Amino acid sequence: MDATKRKELSIAACKIRRGIIDGVHSAKAGHPGGSLSIADLMAYLYFDKMNIDPADPKKADRDRLVLSKGHAAPALYSALANRGFFPVEELLTLRHTGARLQGHPDMKHIPGVDMSSGSLGQGISCAVGMALSAKHFGDTYRVYTVLGDGECEEGQVWEAAMFAGNKGLSNLTAYVDFNNLQIDGSCDEVNSPAPLDKKFEAFGWNVIVIDGHNLDEIEAATLAAEKVTDKPTAIIMNTVKGKGVSFMENKCGWHGKAPGDEDYAVAVAELDAQLAALQ
Amino acid sequence: MADVKKIATRDAYGAALVELGNERDDFIVMDADLAEATKTGAFKKAFPERFYDCGIAEGNMMSIAAGFAATGKRVFASSFAMFAAGRAFEQIRNSIGYPHLNVVIGATHAGISVGEDGATHQCCEDIGIMRTIPGMTIINPADYTEAVKAVKAAINHDGPVYMRFGRLAVPVVFDDDYNFEIGKGVELKEGNDVTIIATGLMVAEALEAYELLKEEGINARIINMATIKPLDTEIVLKAAKETGAIVTAEEHSVIGGLGSAVSEFLCETCPTPVLKLGVYDTFGMSGPANELLDKFGLRAKDIAEMAKQALTMKK
Repeated sequence: MDATKRKELSIAACKIRRGIIDGVHSAKAGHPGGSLSIADLMAYLYFDKMNIDPADPKKADRDRLVLSKGHAAPALYSALANRGFFPVEELLTLRHTGARLQGHPDMKHIPGVDMSSGSLGQGISCAVGMALSAKHFGDTYRVYTVLGDGECEEGQVWEAAMFAGNKGLSNLTAYVDFNNLQIDGSCDEVNSPAPLDKKFEAFGWNVIVIDGHNLDEIEAATLAAEKVTDKPTAIIMNTVKGKGVSFMENKCGWHGKAPGDEDYAVAVAELDAQLAALQ
Repeated sequence: MADVKKIATRDAYGAALVELGNERDDFIVMDADLAEATKTGAFKKAFPERFYDCGIAEGNMMSIAAGFAATGKRVFASSFAMFAAGRAFEQIRNSIGYPHLNVVIGATHAGISVGEDGATHQCCEDIGIMRTIPGMTIINPADYTEAVKAVKAAINHDGPVYMRFGRLAVPVVFDDDYNFEIGKGVELKEGNDVTIIATGLMVAEALEAYELLKEEGINARIINMATIKPLDTEIVLKAAKETGAIVTAEEHSVIGGLGSAVSEFLCETCPTPVLKLGVYDTFGMSGPANELLDKFGLRAKDIAEMAKQALTMKK
């Protein structure tokens, strides 16, 4: 990745983070921690990698993304809004009564959302179904899905992994946001899904482990996945929950809690400073 | 009815899929390691490259079907009613129902007529469960002919469809010129004394009950209600107004099924006595299917008795 692109994507990630904080603050509810941890991935996918068109969100040959960890909807919405699928100001309607921006992704009403999701474990299966459709009908688009680490405690994740491995769905890439924190504590304390790399390998997947906040590593792993022709790829991203907002980082208390006005002001100041430094 | 041809509606499911496979190639069929039993095996044999086995993971299959449908393609997802509506309820609700995707769920082995496998496999709750999902269409065909036509209608339907088929060979009551339409009940026998609204294998029993009642001078109206959701409220309301008493008959729990749907509608529009014949809040058991239908009171004579009881309740 050259310096110009890295800078552009870093700026996009910063704007995505700002949109997450704005939306969750306005909603007075939501999941900032696990949204912030995937902001860099969403910047890379929505601002560089994916074949998508904000003017034609349902175009048939588009790449698809299923946010299996649907509670990170603020990250998806912010990426879509900043990419031009709908106005950035609409992020302030997140979770408001009558708004399109539902607490979890709703494909029926939100431009750019490829699949409704939110019930953990189901999104990866839906992504598998999309990848199966593409393979079956000879379509060339790719399917991406983003899983939580705690989500990997759901048995359905492994049912989906088994099927995708068995059917050799090489057009599927699953990212796991491994920030090691879930609602009740650290994943290790609750019911560790680790080792995720060995598990996915055992289910017939190509596995790559990266720093999920390093855009170069995100790109390299994503492109490497495209070269594998007989297996789906799992990219285990080591991340920091709450990344980019100092007081939210590595705090499981910020999994599903909105910042109050004071915390919001601090978060905005930090993110604006990061953006200014990049620009 | 010994001289009547009998075929299971699950056989119609398999046969209709093969017919559709010959007509179009824009859909796939999925199963969860029950292809021989659900009869999707017929499709698998004819079109192996269009058949996908998910293995024993019904929830996963439903979500995969949802993702497949989200790409604009059609898909049938098949299992036993217990493991489709039961085990995979939440996947059907959230992955398929909420986004209103075009998935046809082919659920075989519904009701107690599963027979020897017993209570764990005899799903008498599926209609009730599926009825709670907004936008879900539920079809419970009466016989082979109707089942084939229903499958062919379902593939063109906008939104999810839950189709309920049986394991037991049941009488073929309709000719090939029978007209099936999703959401439409069909009056099979005219009558103004009492109405019997039946669904699934109880339709053949209801037609027999019609004859039994006729011998006693009672003219029953017989309605086949293959589509339970959306309910054909027009035909129900007309029956309530014209006959003043209703019996529902289904191989399903009296909680949540056809009887509930009819009662819920009528108590708010035209309060009418509705007696519900079905499985009375109990689990099934092992035994030959026909013996179980006798034991659980799901026969023509039971319908006729209930119809006479309903007559006494008329205002």
